[in-house]
Amino acid sequence: MHANAELDKHDVAGTTKLFATVWFWLLLLTALEVFLAYERVEVHLMVTILIGLSLIKSALIIAYFMHLRFEKLGMFLVIVPATVFCICMMMIMFFPDSIRLTHLPTY
Amino acid sequence: MSEAAEFEGILETPWYGGVSPFAVNSKKLGMWLFIISDTLTFSALLISYAFVRIFTPDWPRPFEIWPAIAKSSLMTLVLLSSSLTMVLAVSAAHRGNVKKAVNLLLATMAFGLAFIVIHITEWISLIHEGVTPWKNPWNPAVPLFGGAFFGLTGLHMLHVTIGVVYLGVICWGFNKGKWTADHVEVSGLYWHFVDLVWMFIFPMLYLLSVNPH
Repeated sequence: MHANAELDKHDVAGTTKLFATVWFWLLLLTALEVFLAYERVEVHLMVTILIGLSLIKSALIIAYFMHLRFEKLGMFLVIVPATVFCICMMMIMFFPDSIRLTHLPTY
Repeated sequence: MSEAAEFEGILETPWYGGVSPFAVNSKKLGMWLFIISDTLTFSALLISYAFVRIFTPDWPRPFEIWPAIAKSSLMTLVLLSSSLTMVLAVSAAHRGNVKKAVNLLLATMAFGLAFIVIHITEWISLIHEGVTPWKNPWNPAVPLFGGAFFGLTGLHMLHVTIGVVYLGVICWGFNKGKWTADHVEVSGLYWHFVDLVWMFIFPMLYLLSVNPH
């Protein structure tokens, strides 16, 4: 009974206004990304900003559109840290090699 | 306390099976687990692409603001809007407003179809320019450009196409009363994930390949 009441509370979380605000911010961040491309910002700076903005956008989508913000903390702890850890493990060779490469004289 | 009452008491604690520890149904947990596995698939592909690209200083950067970036920005707008209609469909479904939920699901499918159509026109114009998964007209020494582009966008487009069909089935079943609001919510999770993946593909494949001149 308690669990059902909790389920119902989670299921109707969020209002139209909240979702429209998130959508607006996602559009705004996308417009900023396109503007950076239009201005031809230097590529290393641009990749850093773009990945940062993409992470913010994905966090907004996961938290609000995918409702993870309204789930129990335990659910978040089961899903997110392990996934982030796995992605970091995939990247473990990426940064040393990429930083070394960009400092080579022939690059 | 009788033995039966004591047993009932144990069952009501989260880790003894009496209640769901995460307060979600099994369908939703299953979809989240699928999304984690799919996240790792796309992460592996995007990291491989980044790795190959940084190893290739003369990687082609052919896209002009018009038409490639304008079209891909429009695709982003379409996909983000589809996520808004999807989340509103889930809300309407949970509030028991079947008609509104079905209309919003149809709108989401329409946005999904629009995304696919714009993407296919984008692909056709690139193919006409001579880009295939094995070669490109800008730098023949970097055949991986086409492979990376069509591989990543193709896998994403496959997800969108499956998503449109999935939403169609859910929309039909929900309208008939065959399925519940939980089914709509779980299909929404999948749809938002497809949107989320595009938030990485769009900047990495398109915006970072804008012609610098």
